[in-house]
Amino acid sequence: MQEAQSALQASYLHHQGRFKGLLGWIFSTDHKRIGLLYLYSITTMFVVGLLLGLAMKFELLAPGKTIMEARDYNATFTVHGVIMIFMIVIPGLPAVFGNFLLPLMIGAPDVAFPKINLLSWWFYVAGVFLVLAALIFGPGTPDTGWTFYAPYSFKTGTNMLPAIFGAFVLGFSSILTGLNFIVTIHRMRAPGMKWLKMPMFAWTLYGTAWIQLLATPVVGITLVLVALERIFGIGVFDPALGGDPILYQHLFWIYSHPAVYIMILPAMGAISEVIPTFAQKHIFGYKALIISTMAIAFVGYLVWGHHMFTAGMSGTAQYAFSLLTFLVAIPSAIKVFNWISTMYKGSINLRTPFYWASSFIFVFMIGGFTGLVLGSLATNVHVHDTAFVVAHFHYIVFGGVSFSFFAAIHYWFPKIYGRMYDEHWAKVGWIMFFIGFVSLYTPMFYLGMKGMPRRYYDYLPEYHGANILSTFGSWILAMGFLVIVVNLVRSARKGELAVSNPWNGKTLEWTVPSPPPFENFKEVPVIGEKDGPYNYE
Amino acid sequence: MENTHQAHHLPYDAEASKIGMWLFIFTELLLFGGMFIVYSVYRYLNPEAFHLAGEELNTFIGAVNTVILLVSSMTIAMSTSAIQKNDIRLTNILLGITLILAIVFLVNKYFEWGSKFAHGIYPGSQEMLSTMSQGEILFFGLYFVMTGLHALHILVGIALITWTLIELKQKKIHGEKYDLLENSGLYWHLVDLIWIFLFPLFYLIH
Repeated sequence: MQEAQSALQASYLHHQGRFKGLLGWIFSTDHKRIGLLYLYSITTMFVVGLLLGLAMKFELLAPGKTIMEARDYNATFTVHGVIMIFMIVIPGLPAVFGNFLLPLMIGAPDVAFPKINLLSWWFYVAGVFLVLAALIFGPGTPDTGWTFYAPYSFKTGTNMLPAIFGAFVLGFSSILTGLNFIVTIHRMRAPGMKWLKMPMFAWTLYGTAWIQLLATPVVGITLVLVALERIFGIGVFDPALGGDPILYQHLFWIYSHPAVYIMILPAMGAISEVIPTFAQKHIFGYKALIISTMAIAFVGYLVWGHHMFTAGMSGTAQYAFSLLTFLVAIPSAIKVFNWISTMYKGSINLRTPFYWASSFIFVFMIGGFTGLVLGSLATNVHVHDTAFVVAHFHYIVFGGVSFSFFAAIHYWFPKIYGRMYDEHWAKVGWIMFFIGFVSLYTPMFYLGMKGMPRRYYDYLPEYHGANILSTFGSWILAMGFLVIVVNLVRSARKGELAVSNPWNGKTLEWTVPSPPPFENFKEVPVIGEKDGPYNYE
Repeated sequence: MENTHQAHHLPYDAEASKIGMWLFIFTELLLFGGMFIVYSVYRYLNPEAFHLAGEELNTFIGAVNTVILLVSSMTIAMSTSAIQKNDIRLTNILLGITLILAIVFLVNKYFEWGSKFAHGIYPGSQEMLSTMSQGEILFFGLYFVMTGLHALHILVGIALITWTLIELKQKKIHGEKYDLLENSGLYWHLVDLIWIFLFPLFYLIH
């Protein structure tokens, strides 16, 4: 215990830099502190997004107007979407855990460009404030949906420009993080850490970083074009001037579909770390996992057209996009098989991160299978723009990010804060969140199949029952979230002191004290021929 | 030594900063790539109008600007060779020439755009809406956006080269450590390269 106490005192949390107090955090270029800055800002924005989501679900508790008018409902789902996509799921795992863990996992003192790393957090904050400015000032809250579809996005009288510019700045932040990670992985691996000795989480960050780098500029220019269309009327997306709104949709989804993989790859990476540790077994199919990661990153780049099957495109294009969509399912399924096989004959330790990881696999599979329903041309037409789609992408995007995020935060909590979380309340939070999640989104599959459209504040009386269940689910989920947050905040201050490797993990971050000292490694670690990230033999 | 308390002491790695710059250049290529897609779609849909509108542009100024950028690319490349030989004076002169050429490019652009505005050709102008076909309006919309975005990159390039000149004066850049100069050069070549595509697409193809 004495040792743990002195590790805490000597850690990055108490490191005295040039500035004291809050300034010592917001001007720190230490990757660990930047990771925590992201953690706190993302959690704050998540609470805002969650409250908006709860408001929408409350509106749908009964047919007709419950608490808001149609116009307010439109604004609510727009802001909910912009916050959740651009401020939470995209930066979520890479910016929080990627920043904190990547240098530790590959045996480096920091990322390659620490100042650019800090700059990227500042861009994030600037983007957040720009979007929030769109809500507070100007003629009205944006009401286009987070997709900013043309031509409505430049016809609507609401305050679109700050929101669009905010999304652009957030994209810049994301690009800088990706750029930093690629260079870090190429140049700063510890001696002996060959590519095929890197932990899976580092690999998935690498795949994600490439998507961030290659997809984000496309949405950047698209948003610039929408903004210019609004200000000057250049005509490129305006049918009145000869422009084509469908072209906007193509350009938008060229980024925004890969964006789903930006968030799911590191989620998969975190799960690939948690499962071997809590099964105390070498990860099954390490190379297959790497190949499937890169395959998802590559094929995921080419499937954007499946968002537009009913928007007007040639039959050939529809077949091609449908086929490619099915192809992505293969590497995703490989990962699921590998996780399950890792557990097989392992000595499983049923701790909270493992519960989160297993339930991640559960929700990911439901989200994945329903994705096939949407990827098939015939069934897509039937459920397009219904609640089914909303349920599907919440299972994948929200389920994928939140379950892996909570798995990760519980797993690495001792490393980050040097204290253990409370196991009992962590499990209570997990089961509430899980039950809430499933009862919130499962009824929406049914509703969508029955024909309830998305993005309406009202519905026909026959959809009432399932909507009540869904709204109840949202309350349970929110309460579960509250339990988790309170437990973690309390544990970060008062929890039992943690040893450097409480779970017997084999990756490099567990070789340094909990929490790590400012410089990470006292001596540069050297990885031997026989060493590996999951060496349990 | 006092620096160790503020930031991790990372060893100087010119290779890392060059990879970083190349990655950034990829993002720039994709940014303009999006624009080139939009351009090719509308060119394909409106071949006649794009032909007519293209003839309105002043090929002479365009060609002069192309030569200016090519020469400036050469001078900045030569400045990298000069710093490798540790010839600070020559590096300064070559970078100075690059900077002047960049400014001349923008001055030309100013007059080019100015004469278009004088003829009532700018996005949203009533004259355009009443006399031009949809294809021509699209052509000029794209012309202003793409050359405007390119001019913005010239401005960023000017800022980068100025920063390089300042660091050169402060002796932070020298024969052993010149990654900033090399990266500014890479960026400047990118700006040049994009213009090499913009020039034929707008001024030459008929």
